[in-house]
Amino acid sequence: MPTKLTLNGKAVTVDADPEMPLLWVLRDVLGLTGTKYGCGVAQCGACTVHLDGQPVRACQTPLGSVGKGRITTIEALATSPVGRKLQDAWVALDVPQCGYCQAGQLMSAAALLRDNPRPDDAAIDAAMTGNYCRCATYNRIRAAIKQAAVA
Amino acid sequence: MSAALNRRQLLVAGAVAGGGMWLGLAPAGAAMAEAQALNPWVRIGGDGSITIVSHNPEIGQGIKTSIPMLVAEELDVDWATVRIEQALANSKVYGRQVAGGSMATTLQYDALRRVGAGARALLVAAAAAEWGVPAGALTTAGGRVFHPETARNLPYSALAARAATLPPPDIATLVLKNPKDFKIVGKPISGVDNRKVVTGQPLFGLDTMLPGMKFAVFEKCPTYGGKVASADLAAVKAAKGVRGAFIVPGHGGDYELASGVAIIADSFWHANQARAALAVQWDRGVGAGQSSAGFAAHAATLADTQGPKIITESGDAAAALGRAAKRVKASYSYPFLAHAPLEPMNCTARVTGGKVELWAPTQNPEPGRKAVASALGIPETDITIHMMRCGGGFGRRLGIEYMVEAAWIARAAGVPVKLVWSREDDMTRGLLRPGGFHHLEAGLDADGKVIAWRNHFVSYGDGEKYARAAELDATQFPARFVENMAVSGTMQALAAPTGYLRAPANNAFGFVMQGFIDELAHAAGADPLQFRRDLLGPARLVGEPGKRDSYDAGRARAVLDKAAVMAGWGRKLPARSGLGIAFHFSHLGYFASVVEASVAADGAVKVAKVWVAGDVGRQIVNPSGAINQVQGSVLDALGSSLGQAITLKDGAIEQSNYDAYPLLRMADAPPVEVAFVLSDHNPTGLGEPGYPATPPALVNAIFAATGVRVRSLPIDTGLLKV
Repeated sequence: MPTKLTLNGKAVTVDADPEMPLLWVLRDVLGLTGTKYGCGVAQCGACTVHLDGQPVRACQTPLGSVGKGRITTIEALATSPVGRKLQDAWVALDVPQCGYCQAGQLMSAAALLRDNPRPDDAAIDAAMTGNYCRCATYNRIRAAIKQAAVA
Repeated sequence: MSAALNRRQLLVAGAVAGGGMWLGLAPAGAAMAEAQALNPWVRIGGDGSITIVSHNPEIGQGIKTSIPMLVAEELDVDWATVRIEQALANSKVYGRQVAGGSMATTLQYDALRRVGAGARALLVAAAAAEWGVPAGALTTAGGRVFHPETARNLPYSALAARAATLPPPDIATLVLKNPKDFKIVGKPISGVDNRKVVTGQPLFGLDTMLPGMKFAVFEKCPTYGGKVASADLAAVKAAKGVRGAFIVPGHGGDYELASGVAIIADSFWHANQARAALAVQWDRGVGAGQSSAGFAAHAATLADTQGPKIITESGDAAAALGRAAKRVKASYSYPFLAHAPLEPMNCTARVTGGKVELWAPTQNPEPGRKAVASALGIPETDITIHMMRCGGGFGRRLGIEYMVEAAWIARAAGVPVKLVWSREDDMTRGLLRPGGFHHLEAGLDADGKVIAWRNHFVSYGDGEKYARAAELDATQFPARFVENMAVSGTMQALAAPTGYLRAPANNAFGFVMQGFIDELAHAAGADPLQFRRDLLGPARLVGEPGKRDSYDAGRARAVLDKAAVMAGWGRKLPARSGLGIAFHFSHLGYFASVVEASVAADGAVKVAKVWVAGDVGRQIVNPSGAINQVQGSVLDALGSSLGQAITLKDGAIEQSNYDAYPLLRMADAPPVEVAFVLSDHNPTGLGEPGYPATPPALVNAIFAATGVRVRSLPIDTGLLKV
């Protein structure tokens, strides 16, 4: 059944099962592989995307529930000034090790900075603690969020 | 192990279309034609492009940045102008292509500098010929050759065509830069793929997309060693989005191709959902009766015995214990662990006309090639392996079974297939970090000196043969530092396959040895730092110079002292807070950690900060990546110590996802302060040796805070309640 989506600022029609999680629609149907699969049960945050600006776990978001919601993925993060600043800080501070979780980290961080432009450590903890980094780059993620906040 | 340069290798060079040159390394005796087809480690394009090939697997250890830095340094080019290209797997061309054992820096620091220096020497020779001046009168910088006397200069691109016609220099006689002149090595350089990472570009194995590709899942027996007895596949074949399902008989067991059922579908989600419709009768195999509780119960019965396997014996431990002023006895244990990299195991395979092409996130491509060749009955030369960036390795992707599965399933399916393990597959069919049990007893003399050490190590294996990564090495500290030692072993048979997890074996032995040494320090009434200094004794090399297991007491003491100073060792802390210290040597690196921890009334442990000092030789190649590796190792160690265990019951793993096997989260990750002690030794690797000193520093801090000695991981906070 064709579903109309607003994805990264564009109208997209996708023919997929309404029960299919957005994660797999993005990755396997649309070929947008920047959003990552880590656990499938909203434990790791690797699949974080924005739905109407709010961070959601794409693995727990059925396609049929998206409706007219605007979806933003890592591939379009650079279109927002906050997203661009975060990406630059991530590169400048050499945050990634393997890099697999970082799309989800950045999407969570972008939502945080939009609502709270100068987050303290407690706010960073609260916003980011749903995102696993198996390489444990947490010290640098924290520093990069702070750097982006003052950039 | 020093190593580095294989003097039987030759520099080979040739022309690249468009007025460029390439330069590579070839085994002595390789024909020129063969050499040319080989490995252009460096390409200088006539168009000004400079390409350096990265030949090792990238798993987050930063090798795709740090090794090319060495080449670029000696080539004398601006880092910003260099393009890095990932090599295919080909051990004939590139030699060792393994992310394991923290060996890449150790083995390649010298050789890859010589590759860069060789290319530079050829370009200088070309300029000397061009201008009719001696090569000695020329200098280089920023990808140009200069003749200061005449104020002439040319870019490498203008010299490359001529350089390609000149004989390459002898690799052994090249003059390398004085490290004080380094412009790239020793500077913090951001990872070469970071921009792609932060913009979500396809990079990882799981991101592979091929025309006509389908998605596969592979259902295996819940118990290791089990196999399909029978399966009714009618319902699964009728499930939504499913294109096929078939039984895989298996080949070579759980390390290669287990028996199971493959489901092919239009998406991973369809394939994974369809598993609910599977009706499989399993033959559960010989491991079906095995459980973690059973292993622990059996190990407990061995507490007052010695094992049949002699691991270390020196002096007379029994006699020394007999005359000791004080005896301390304790049993330590640690569980199986999963690697749990965030990108689950996966591999994409395409089989065309009998030839196999694999897109594999792998740490270890060549064993994968062998196993695929064996399972499919094809020559190894018919297999091409693209080494994809790995979403974490930690040793898991030294295993190669997912490569064999993908190749076999793709051939049977007749279409290109991306095989994806679900998180549940990944956790329940892992290669386990072996658990283990240590029954220890030590004796102190009247001065508090350790005069006897006995350990009965209950491990996993078969007879005298350890399971993979389950070995206690004869020289594990404090062997050679205590006069009377008796270390013995007993094996328990284990059906589950085991594997190498970051700092294999050491990741557990650090906890056991440095935890027990802390107990001895307290029994002796000594300061834990001073007690360790005394145990190490004066600065000296223990063991044979140049041997991988030789132990430099001076290097160990230096990192211990450095970490202690950084942490302000000895300072007074509030109630239920404490500092713990430990050191460990592994993978040629010396590390010490100090942990500051506090314990709440309910037993919850909070780590305030960790200070780490490490010695991996005279040069840190990329300080940015290096600190990241150590911080990651330390936090990894905290995460596993605080909450991770894989348990077997009736032969099956009980944990299936992160809810039951939690990783450390942001809110629980303390700052980690890292310092490197530079010593005059060849540079060595950093992916692993930063791990082992941290679990014991943590339990030692908990003891300082509470007086409760933690002897089993993960930490049971119930024991720490007020």
